[in-house]
Amino acid sequence: MQTQELARGFVDPVFAAQGVFRAAMWALSRPGRPQELATDLIPPAPLSPEAAALALALCDYETPVFLDAALAAERAVGDFLRFHTGAPIVAEPGQARFAFISNPLNMLEFSEFSQGIPEFPDASVTLILQVASFVDHGFTLEGPGIKGRLGFGAAPLPEHFAARMAANRTLFPRGIDLLLAGAGQVAGLPRSVAVKEG
Amino acid sequence: MTSQHTGEMPAISYNFAYLDEQTKRMIRRAILKAIAIPGYQVPFAAREMPMPYGWGTGGVQVTAAVLGPDDVLKVIDQGADDTTNAVAIRGFFEKTAGVATTTATTEATLIQTRHRIPETKLSENQILVYQVPIPEPLRFLEPRETETRQLHALEEYGLMHVKLYEDIARHGHIATTYAYPVEVAGRYVMDPSPIPKFDNPKMDDCPALQLFGAGREKRIYAIPPYTTVRSLDFEDHPFKVQRFAKPCALCAATGVYLDEVILDDRGGRMFVCSDTDYCNARQAEGHRGEMAAPVSSSGGAVLPHPTPLPHGEREQGDAPSLTLTARGAPEGAGEGPFGAEIAS
Repeated sequence: MQTQELARGFVDPVFAAQGVFRAAMWALSRPGRPQELATDLIPPAPLSPEAAALALALCDYETPVFLDAALAAERAVGDFLRFHTGAPIVAEPGQARFAFISNPLNMLEFSEFSQGIPEFPDASVTLILQVASFVDHGFTLEGPGIKGRLGFGAAPLPEHFAARMAANRTLFPRGIDLLLAGAGQVAGLPRSVAVKEG
Repeated sequence: MTSQHTGEMPAISYNFAYLDEQTKRMIRRAILKAIAIPGYQVPFAAREMPMPYGWGTGGVQVTAAVLGPDDVLKVIDQGADDTTNAVAIRGFFEKTAGVATTTATTEATLIQTRHRIPETKLSENQILVYQVPIPEPLRFLEPRETETRQLHALEEYGLMHVKLYEDIARHGHIATTYAYPVEVAGRYVMDPSPIPKFDNPKMDDCPALQLFGAGREKRIYAIPPYTTVRSLDFEDHPFKVQRFAKPCALCAATGVYLDEVILDDRGGRMFVCSDTDYCNARQAEGHRGEMAAPVSSSGGAVLPHPTPLPHGEREQGDAPSLTLTARGAPEGAGEGPFGAEIAS
């Protein structure tokens, strides 16, 4: 039997989790404005440090987690998340409260995930997409949390991103919420935001 | 009986901000969903807190989940920093989190409030946490939770408009003066907690993040920054806030919410800012109302703000000038908020 070393979690779980949560909270409060998310985690690839920090801060035994194909293929990723969060890892995306997507380019349709029900729209998934970079153009955002309009872009993003987000917006108050994590930052695109090309 | 040491007891220590980490994660997840669905009440597993329901257990749990070591906390109760509830909660977080506290609105990064929004305009980096007794705006119209949930899901708010209309039919105007229902981001009708309707306009397009916690009712909801918050009204009966006939008796501020303070048993009363920090800051700047102590020759001496006590009780040993000037106060000095509003 082969043993392997498990990557460590937060050195200071209380304050690290609080800091990561605050970044995610401001990210969703200010859609499209990336917030600083500093972390010294070294999770197993292809899980990014920022996505791992969000997982450790927000997931536990109450939150089934879904991993995309690239993450699920790497056993160490599942072991890391299971050990540090205690979250059950599910194969069925519709059962997940958090879904980690390492390769947004060919991710599942949003409709594969839980979008809540009219009486409980909060019973929906939060997607955590690993991105490489953020820019301030490509899409125009409007909605709660944004004064006027805001230019936003990130790479990589799923195909037909604006159309997906528009479809998600029409479901409101049902829908999925996105946290984009990467490059020491996290940006939020809650279901309340209207995303247009250009 | 004197307390004799019977053995070495370890000092009582708490996790940072009292709550355990799993509870904080659960509350944090609820907060994130609440922000994503502005005005929607997210159910959460509220814990028992070391204070009774009705003392802000919901607000305290939200604050505990959000609070970090670098935060500067301000707690107000009806606008005042020095009333029982505010002092107790501030002390709670000083003890369990060791965070810095302040009474100055501009210095605070996190403000927990019971039933007021500060007069000083809030900024982008501030979080306002409301203590909420009854989060469901439709509760007194429809007692069943299953039904109110359906009504929210269907965006069916006719009941609320009927209630406001019945106010008009009975009183000639919308008589709801606090916990005045608002529509958030064009979708959910929300209870803004029992703030005076005077404060409703401050929620609209507010740069700060507004979080609401109801402990007994186990609900969290939120208004993200720069979100449209509209007070419900009718075309022919537009929403209006209370107006006051006179400025604050201590700092001469106008356009602020005033509390009535009973001064004696012969009808003497004064109207002072409900926001103590705002009032004190104005007095420090040299503003003087009609009942304020004159500026002393040494300069800069500021009277402590006379916090209104329940039932108009006054503490003994308050500035004697207050009592003296009260006797000379003109009959009907300062219209009551509601009387003035009808007249306006």
